[in-house]
Amino acid sequence: MTDIGIVSYGGSIPRLRIKAEELADVWGKDGKRIAKGLGIPEKSVPSIDQDTATISVEAARNALKRCHINPQDIGSIYIGSESHPYAVKPTGTIVGEAIGATPDLMVADYEFACKAGTAGVQNCFSNVKAGLIKYGLAIGADTAQAAPGDALEFSAAAGGAAFIIGNEKVIATINHTYSYATDTPDFWRRAEQKYPRHGGRFTGEPAYFKHVTNASKNLMEKAGTTPKDYDYAVFHQPNAKFPLKEAKILGFTKEQIKPGLKVSYIGNTYSGASLIGLAGVLDIAKPGDRILVTSYGSGAGSDSFDITATDEISKYERDKAPLIDDMINDKQYISYGVYAKYTDLLYWE
Amino acid sequence: MRDVAVIGIGLTKFGELWDQSFRQLTAEAGSKAILDSGVGGKDIDAMYVGSMSSGRFVGQEHVGALVADASGFSHLHIPSTRVEGACASGSLALREGYLSIASGVNDVAVIGGIEKMNDVGGSAATETLATAADQEWEAFFGVTFPGLYAMIAKRHMHEFGTTKEDLARVAVKNHQNGAKNPFAQYQKEISMNTALNATPVAEPLGLMDCSPVTDGAAAVVLCAADRIGDFSGKPVKIIGSGQASDTLSLHGRRDITTLDASVHAGKMAYEQAHLKPSDINIAEVHDCFTIAEICAIEDLGFVKKGEGGKAVENKITTIDGSLPVNTSGGLKSKGHPVGATGVAQIVEITKQLRGEADKRQVKDARIGLAHNVGGSGATCVVHILEGM
Repeated sequence: MTDIGIVSYGGSIPRLRIKAEELADVWGKDGKRIAKGLGIPEKSVPSIDQDTATISVEAARNALKRCHINPQDIGSIYIGSESHPYAVKPTGTIVGEAIGATPDLMVADYEFACKAGTAGVQNCFSNVKAGLIKYGLAIGADTAQAAPGDALEFSAAAGGAAFIIGNEKVIATINHTYSYATDTPDFWRRAEQKYPRHGGRFTGEPAYFKHVTNASKNLMEKAGTTPKDYDYAVFHQPNAKFPLKEAKILGFTKEQIKPGLKVSYIGNTYSGASLIGLAGVLDIAKPGDRILVTSYGSGAGSDSFDITATDEISKYERDKAPLIDDMINDKQYISYGVYAKYTDLLYWE
Repeated sequence: MRDVAVIGIGLTKFGELWDQSFRQLTAEAGSKAILDSGVGGKDIDAMYVGSMSSGRFVGQEHVGALVADASGFSHLHIPSTRVEGACASGSLALREGYLSIASGVNDVAVIGGIEKMNDVGGSAATETLATAADQEWEAFFGVTFPGLYAMIAKRHMHEFGTTKEDLARVAVKNHQNGAKNPFAQYQKEISMNTALNATPVAEPLGLMDCSPVTDGAAAVVLCAADRIGDFSGKPVKIIGSGQASDTLSLHGRRDITTLDASVHAGKMAYEQAHLKPSDINIAEVHDCFTIAEICAIEDLGFVKKGEGGKAVENKITTIDGSLPVNTSGGLKSKGHPVGATGVAQIVEITKQLRGEADKRQVKDARIGLAHNVGGSGATCVVHILEGM
C-alpha cells in the first residue's frame, strides 16, 4: 500500500469550561444573546499547568496509544500554534522528548494563526511522500489568548489534536491537498503584545470566507469531486456561524457539517480547531467515508484536504484513548475569578 | 437666479466594500454621473465634494483635489472644493454647486459625496461620527449618536405616545424598499419580530432602528437650465433649495422632538418652489435612526407634529401610500456612507422623477423632496426637484 495518510490521531481538550453568561456578567453584556450569536454557549479553559506543550504531549500520546508504531520511527514533528510557550525555543522538542522520538528528528514550530497545524500535516505528508521519513507527527494546539472584555473572550479556547502521517496501516488516505494564501491582515498579534487584535467585520467576507471558499473549491476541482461526494466536511470554526454559512456557500448540508462542528461545545481552539473537528469525524468514520477538511489561518490562508477512510479504520483501536466527544463531556465549570487567575489576568507577587 | 437642473447621476454599490479604495469609489460614482450627463471634462466649470471625515476614516484629507484627480481631470485644473457639514456634507456640496450655477458663475458643476467608513472598526466609526456632536458638551460626557437619537425617541414617546412598534414599522418599510434597490447595502426584508427583538443599542433604539456603517459614493452633474440642450443627460429641475442651522448640542434646543433646522430648511425650499408639503409626491428623508424619519416627516409638514409614528401604519409613507418616503430603502437599508448620503438621495429622487426606479418606481411621481441632516439637527438641507 503506497497511499499516504493518517496512521493514527489523538486529541486533548482541557476539562475546565466557562459559560458565556459568566463572562458576559463581568462586562455587563447579554450572555444569552452573545452565546446564540456565536453559537458558543461555553468554552474550554486551560488549567494553571496546561499550555500548548502539555496539550500537544497529551494529544501525541493519545495518538500513539491507538497504534503500534515505535516513536523512534517518527522522523519529523511539526507543531502549529499561536501560543507556543516560548517565543524562542521550540515546543516540538519538548513533545519529541516526552514521547521518545528524539534525536533522529526534524522539528519545527509553526505559526500561521489557526492553520499552522494543518500546515504541519502537509509537511509530514510531503516528507513521507519524498521518502525522507517513515512517520511524521503533526499537531495543532492552542491556549488562545483574548483581551479581557474583547469579543474574542467569548470564543478563544484551549485544545489540540495530533496526527501521525505515514504510508503503512493508513486509516484515512489523504488523496489531495491544496492551499490558498494571500496577504490579508484580518487578525494579528505583534511581538511583545499579549493579546491579538482583529479587523472586526473584515475577518468575515474578505478573509475567512474568501480563503475557505477558494481553497475548498480549488481542492474539489483538483480531486474531481463535488460536495455530494463527501460524507463529512470540516471547516475552520472560529464560531458556529462561519462554518455553517461556509457550508451553505459551497453547497454542503448541515448533516455533513454537524459531526465535525465541535466549536459549539468548546469554543475556538485556533490551531486545534479544524484538526479537533477532523478527529471528531474520524471517531465515527467507517471505511470508504470521504471527508473534506479546510482550515483557515488569519493573515491569511487555507489548507484543504480530500481524505478517504480506509478498511484499516475498522481494525483501528480508537478506544485505547478518549474520543473527542468523551473529552467534550468531561468538564468542570469555573467562575470568571478562577478563569482570570488561570489565564494570567491577575497580578500578584 | 438662473434655473438649475440635474442632468447626470452616478452611484456605487453601498455596503462593506473591502476591495475598493476611497479613490476608486469617487472615480466610479463620478464617471457614471458624467457619462450619464453627456458632458465632457472641458465642460465642467467646478466640482464640489461632500465628505464628513475622510481624515479619520481613511487618513485622507484634501479630497477636493483628490476627486478631480481621481476623475482624470488634473490636467484641466478644475476648481474643486470639499464641503463638510457632518452627515449633511453631501447635500451641502450639492447646494454650493447649485448656488454657483444659479448665481451665474458656473454653467456645469459635478457634485460628489463619498465616505469609506469600514476601514476603521465599529467603535472607531462611532467615535468619528460623534465628532458631529458637541465635543465639549455632549461627546466629552460619553454620549454617541444612538444615545442622542434615543433621547429624542424617548421624548417623542412621552409627548405623543409613539411606540417601539411605530419605530420598528419604519425599519420594516425601509427594508421592503431597500430589497428592491440593487445598490442597497441590505437588500432584504425584515420582519416586525426581527426589528423589535434586535440587539439593544440605546433604549428604546435597537440595532434595527439604526442605519449601518457603510462605504459608498454618489455623484450628480448640475447644469444651468438654459444649457441643458447642449448635453444628452435627461434633466430634472431643482426648484427649491433650503439650508438651516441650529444649536450643535441637542440639549440647547427649544424642543428636542422637533428639528427646527428641518422646519426652516423645508420652509425655505417650499417658498422658493411655491409649493406646499401636500404637493410633494415622493421624499427621501434622513432616517439615520427610525425616530429621525418620524421627526422628519412631521418637521417637513407631511403629517402633523406627533402623528409621524403612525405614518407607516396609516399607509402614508409606504411605497403605495399617498407620500412614499425613502423608496431607496433610506439610510437604514440602502446604507449611510455619511458624506455620500445627501447626494445619493438626489440620485434616488432623480431616478424616480425620470421614471427609472424599476421595481420601486412610484407612479406619476413629478415632485420629489430630499432632506439631509447633519448631527442631531444642527445642519439641515432640503432640496425640491421637479421632473421635466
